[in-house]
Amino acid sequence: MNMSASERGTGLVKRGLAEMLKGGVIMDVVNVEQARIAEEAGAVAVMALERVPADIRAHGGVARMADPSIVSQIVDAVSIPVMAKSRIGHFVEAQVLESLGVDYIDESEVLSPVDDNHIDKWNFTVPFVCGAKDLGEALRRIGEGAAMIRTKGEPGTGNVIEAVKHMRMMNKQIRRLTVLDENELMAAAKELQAPFTLVKDIAETGQLPVVNFAAGGIATPADSALMMQLGCDGVFVGSGIFKSGDPAVRARAIVEATTFYQDAAKIAKVSRNLGEAMVGINVETLPPEERMQDRGL
Amino acid sequence: MMIGALALQGDFREHLVMVRRLGAEGIEVRTPEELDSIDALIIPGGESTAIGRLATIYGLIEPIQQRINDGMPVLGTCAGMIFLAAATVSYEQPQLRVLDVVVERNAFGRQVDSFEADLDVCGLDDPVHAVFIRAPWIHKVGAEVDVLASVVEPGSMQEHPVFVRQGRILATSFHPELTDDTRIHELLMEVG
Repeated sequence: MNMSASERGTGLVKRGLAEMLKGGVIMDVVNVEQARIAEEAGAVAVMALERVPADIRAHGGVARMADPSIVSQIVDAVSIPVMAKSRIGHFVEAQVLESLGVDYIDESEVLSPVDDNHIDKWNFTVPFVCGAKDLGEALRRIGEGAAMIRTKGEPGTGNVIEAVKHMRMMNKQIRRLTVLDENELMAAAKELQAPFTLVKDIAETGQLPVVNFAAGGIATPADSALMMQLGCDGVFVGSGIFKSGDPAVRARAIVEATTFYQDAAKIAKVSRNLGEAMVGINVETLPPEERMQDRGL
Repeated sequence: MMIGALALQGDFREHLVMVRRLGAEGIEVRTPEELDSIDALIIPGGESTAIGRLATIYGLIEPIQQRINDGMPVLGTCAGMIFLAAATVSYEQPQLRVLDVVVERNAFGRQVDSFEADLDVCGLDDPVHAVFIRAPWIHKVGAEVDVLASVVEPGSMQEHPVFVRQGRILATSFHPELTDDTRIHELLMEVG
């Protein structure tokens, strides 16, 4: 085959990488050492950051794209895909991350948004993942070109309650579409504030057209298996690993629980003696302005 | 015919959809007991380091090697090809070492270099529409290995195999399971 006839950055190629990550764990890392621990533990990808969400929360102020030198060092250090976060709507941060060779960009509510408009993701060769609390948000992001969706959860809290809510809401709204009469779908699209063609596709297939991971508050192997049993395709673990007492052991345990998510005996086995989990935050105690999930709807 | 897909991580469900479309039974394989019940195995796309590590700690490496050495047909796609191979250029990772090739991981580059294209395959009349995602290619083939398809590297004009067969072992760099084309899966069912 002559490679000049090949096409890059197509929808299939972008969605395809997310398909390969399914059943796996994507771990937040802030340096090369953590990236190597994650790869060694069986992570399917790493998210290169300057600070994990719990520290972004504690630090306050404006949270921006990581320093390119951190991203580049991590890109060079591991063989697995590297993701990085841009601010919502900050298409120049996304251009910079693409130029650094990252494999996926997370247009993320964990950083401070710069625009009510999200990035026009169709303009990029690199694929994007975006957070969603419900089906309407997911379909708006897919309409903008996202090739992968994740729950928003409430990042940096170590509390999985919000991710559970978001996944249940998504499942409920998808199920509802599948039982509607065809001439009820336009009103459903209006209600969801979502593109009609995507609503119509989901009514037929009963599933999102892209991979959907869990994210936001996952701290234990059982949290991960819970999200998998609720129908997620895989999990992101942010602060939960490197803010815990023994990151390498916890990382391996979460990877195993994600593969054997239906096997309670195996989850029990890997959950033994993991050391201290990250200290959690009860989401209801967060003031409204600190709720990251309400950014970028 | 009962076909198993190694379900440690990756796109094993897409493979099972393909084999069910062809009228075979498809099951997810995570344990040596499940491995015993199948007639052929598919090792899916995914991350080869994650699949290799999980296969090692859950005691699957030797049972899979044994079944393949006893003649069970197997198809590996992308990460599956890497896992079947004898060695990997510049990485040390768990591998089955049943397919006599050396693979180069991420040979085409990073995700922005991933692509889809039509690929001519020996023995098939029409080209296969092949999807390459952070794909490996084969750096070196052993004497018993037949090359069924190759790509030509721009610049050096060197040919690199992306679809090979060694007896009942089939391996592709690309992902037939992401398309509607069932011909590669049909080959797996025919070699058995």
